[in-house]
Amino acid sequence: MSDVSQSRAALPAWVAVIPVAILLIIGGFFAWGLTRNPAELPSTMIDREMPDFALTRLTPEREALTKQDLIGKVSLVNVFGSWCSSCILEHPQLEAIAGSKQVALYGVDWRDPPGAGAAWLARYGDPYIKTGVDSDSRLAIDLGVTGAPETFLVDREGRIRYKQVGPITPELWADTILPLIRKLEAEPT
Amino acid sequence: MKRLIVALALATSPATVAQTPPATFTPEVESLAREVGKSLRCVVCQNQSIEESNAPLASDMRRLVRERIAAGESKDAVMAYMTDRYGNFVRLQPPLQMDTLLLWFGPLLLLVVGAVGWFAYLRPAGKHDLAPVPLSDAEVAELARRMEAGGKA
Repeated sequence: MSDVSQSRAALPAWVAVIPVAILLIIGGFFAWGLTRNPAELPSTMIDREMPDFALTRLTPEREALTKQDLIGKVSLVNVFGSWCSSCILEHPQLEAIAGSKQVALYGVDWRDPPGAGAAWLARYGDPYIKTGVDSDSRLAIDLGVTGAPETFLVDREGRIRYKQVGPITPELWADTILPLIRKLEAEPT
Repeated sequence: MKRLIVALALATSPATVAQTPPATFTPEVESLAREVGKSLRCVVCQNQSIEESNAPLASDMRRLVRERIAAGESKDAVMAYMTDRYGNFVRLQPPLQMDTLLLWFGPLLLLVVGAVGWFAYLRPAGKHDLAPVPLSDAEVAELARRMEAGGKA
C-alpha cells in the first residue's frame, strides 16, 4: 500500500495547480458571460444601407414614410408600437428630441392593427415628422429588429450608422446620439 | 385525474400552441419552409425555433420564409437572408468557423485533457504493482532484527 501512495505523491507539485487553473478559466468565462444581456444581439446592420421599404399610412389623410424622406439629411428612425410599454417610457425623450430640432425624427409603427398607432400618437403626442405602418414586420425583419423600441441613426446617404436597442434615455441622447449626429453632419458629402 | 394532467400538458406545449400559417402554400413549400424554420432561432423567445414559437415576430418570420421559398429561393438563400440581418445568432446550429472552433471542439479538448491527466495519474502506480521495489540493505537488516526480537517476546 505504501508503494502506491508514494508513487502518487511522486507527481510533481505543480500538477495540483492545473484543476484550480481550469476552474478559474471556466469561472472567468461565466463571470463575463452572465453579466451580459442575451437579448442584445450584435447588430449586423451598422454601416449598411437602409433597406428599401414600403410602409402603409398611419391614417388615410397622412402620407406614409418612404426611404426618400431619409436621404439628404441625418435622421433618426424610431420603431415603436401601441402595444409596447417601453415606448411609453421612451416617449417624453422623443418629444424632447423633436423639440430640440437637432435631427429629423421619423416613426415606424410596428405590428399595429389599422388605427392603433394613430390613436396612440393622439393620446401621448406625435414627435415624428412622418410615420409609416409596418403591420407585417417586413421592414422590421429587414432591419433585424428584435423588439420595440429600437432606433436607427441614418446618415445623409441613407446608411445606418448607429442602432439603439431599448429606450433612448436622456443620458444616451446627450452623451452618445447627439455627438454622433454632429459628427455625421460634419462629414463631407 | 391522469387524463386531465395529460390534456393540460398537451394544451400548453409550445408545439401545439404555435399557430400554423394560413394554408395558402403548397405542401412542398410548406415542408421546405418548416425545415428552414426549425433551424431559425426566434429572436424574442431565444431558445425556441420560429416554427415552435408563438411570438408575433416569429409568426411574421414564418410567413416571410414561406413567401421566399414559394418565390423559388433555396433553403440556403433564406438562411443567408436571415443571418445577414440577425447575425449567426439566428441560427440554432452555429456554423463551424474560426470564432466557433472552441464551441465545437471544446468538449473534445476537455475529454482529451482529462484522459491524459487520468493516465498520467494511474501509470506510476501500475508499474510499481508489477515490479515492487526490492528492500534496501538497511531494511533487510531492520526486518531481521525485528523478526528476532519478535521471536523472543
